[in-house]
Amino acid sequence: MSNAPVDHGRRRFLTIATSVVGGVGAIGAAVPFIASWSPSERARQAGAAVTVDVSKMEEGQLIRVEWRGKPVWIVKRTQEMIDSLPDHENRLRDPESKEPQQPHYAQNRHRSVRPEFFVAVGICTHFGCSPTYLPNEFAAQAEGVRSGFFCPCHGSRFDIAGRVFQNVPAPTNLEVPPYMYTDEFVIMIGEDEETA
Amino acid sequence: MKNLMNWIEYRLPVVEKMKIHMTQYPAPKNFNFWYFFGSLAIVVLVNQILTGIWLTMNYEPSAEGAFRSIEYIMRDVEYGWLLRYMHSTGASAFFVVVYLHMLRGMMYGSYQKPRELLWIFGMLIYLVLMAEAFMGYMLPWGQMSFWGAQVIISIFGVIPFIGDDLTLWIRGDYVISGATLNRFFALHVIALPLVLVILVFLHIMALHEVGSNNPDGIETKRDNDGTVPADAVSKFEFHDNFTKGGKKVIIDSIPFHPYYTVKDLVGLAGFLFLFAYVIFFMPEGGGYFLEAPNFELANPMKTPEHIAPVWYFTPFYAILRAVPNPLFGAVAMFAAILALALLPWIDRGKVRSVRYRCGLHKLNLVNFCISFVALGILGVLPATPLYTILSQLFSFTYFGFFILLWFYSKNENTKPLPERLT
Repeated sequence: MSNAPVDHGRRRFLTIATSVVGGVGAIGAAVPFIASWSPSERARQAGAAVTVDVSKMEEGQLIRVEWRGKPVWIVKRTQEMIDSLPDHENRLRDPESKEPQQPHYAQNRHRSVRPEFFVAVGICTHFGCSPTYLPNEFAAQAEGVRSGFFCPCHGSRFDIAGRVFQNVPAPTNLEVPPYMYTDEFVIMIGEDEETA
Repeated sequence: MKNLMNWIEYRLPVVEKMKIHMTQYPAPKNFNFWYFFGSLAIVVLVNQILTGIWLTMNYEPSAEGAFRSIEYIMRDVEYGWLLRYMHSTGASAFFVVVYLHMLRGMMYGSYQKPRELLWIFGMLIYLVLMAEAFMGYMLPWGQMSFWGAQVIISIFGVIPFIGDDLTLWIRGDYVISGATLNRFFALHVIALPLVLVILVFLHIMALHEVGSNNPDGIETKRDNDGTVPADAVSKFEFHDNFTKGGKKVIIDSIPFHPYYTVKDLVGLAGFLFLFAYVIFFMPEGGGYFLEAPNFELANPMKTPEHIAPVWYFTPFYAILRAVPNPLFGAVAMFAAILALALLPWIDRGKVRSVRYRCGLHKLNLVNFCISFVALGILGVLPATPLYTILSQLFSFTYFGFFILLWFYSKNENTKPLPERLT
């Protein structure tokens, strides 16, 4: 064993160098543990965005697509429906969509990107039943309003932009999922410019 | 036999450690019933670990099988109902004894110097316990398991920029699903219990280093400088670790074993009476220990009429809801817990026990208890405008406790401390 004096500078350098290399190794080793918590490939596939061609939809028609296990409605609204939106706003709970039930680009009177196409999750915000679409017969549920959605379970009423009426059990407007137009008549549900 | 003992002792000083921590460990002689709750917490922890291990033998951690396997445990497994009720009631009992244990610490100033670290370990135990209870409540995969988890996990979603990615990472799916259930199961049965046991060990080691406080909040280990009257000095033999080779004299103290082990047994008997009563006659705790919607299978399409967390979370849940902005609500909720953890530094007083502190402190402590209980009640109730205003009021008085304490504790008008334990 050598009795040479201790070189403190060298010892400090080796200690720091070993700590740095070891620390990098520890961070690297943490990656699989942390990444393993992210959604698996199977979950990602099941939650992938859904593309819908709406070019062949008729005026007033509603189609349902499934996205992440939820029914999503796409309604092609008539001009008359769009024009009627301001008429009953004093009877709505949240006419300006202040509750965060939609992406910011759908926070407007028609609650959609383009006025004619309304996209929403077709689940009543009260108890999760699926409301009925009444394109022309809604006046029986809400006087003077021709079209809207009526939930048969507990009688919640929403107008044709999914805005909830006052004095019904549902607390908030219908949820609008994130979506975007990938082409003039192709809607991609589940992704928008911000998440894509 | 003696040789064997010596052989072991030489290699692992078991007898020596027993003396340090049990038979020659000095504990102040005037502990009242408030000192039961520490040992009771250990008993409940053992109960949770033991019944928990047995429950995993029949529990199926999957979205498809979880609810069914709980029904199987309740109906078909021999004594499965008892093991499960011991576990579910034990969770609530854990919080009852921990809350009382914490209140004891607040009353007698047990968090003050030199017991700050002891208090911090206690708060860490409390945090891990909350995480443990939350994840455990999800495992039956009932309606409240699902929607309660939905609400709690979405709290993380209010964090700016990373919130949405963070909740996605926690859930491991776009919605709460079997992936979430499985990871919570893993954390609930192995990761967090391990952390909990280590923290409890550190809590007790930190306690035994500084010694227990007492209802008078005065020092029982005095310098041996001849000022301590001879009749005050305890007649028992205490370990050299505490007397420091005669440098310290220990007044008004008794060895932890057998004196406090026997006394704690009395507390344990009383506790077990109540515990068994709940298990056998009201295992659901009136809908507060096991909530009614949880007897229904989790259904992502159907939100329960009213989502309330289990009672031990409700004081903080009420604070969360009291603030209109969700981000600030979450901040306020965590601040409410952080304020407790910082108590050793918020309280600038030198007198520990409430017995010798100013009248304002006594009132303030009552204010804290009322605020905490009131928030707990409001957290169970639906958020009507009136209840929201009340929640705001009591959140204000809750935080007011800490703010007031910080101000008056600096130059407090305290009573003279006694020379000896009373």
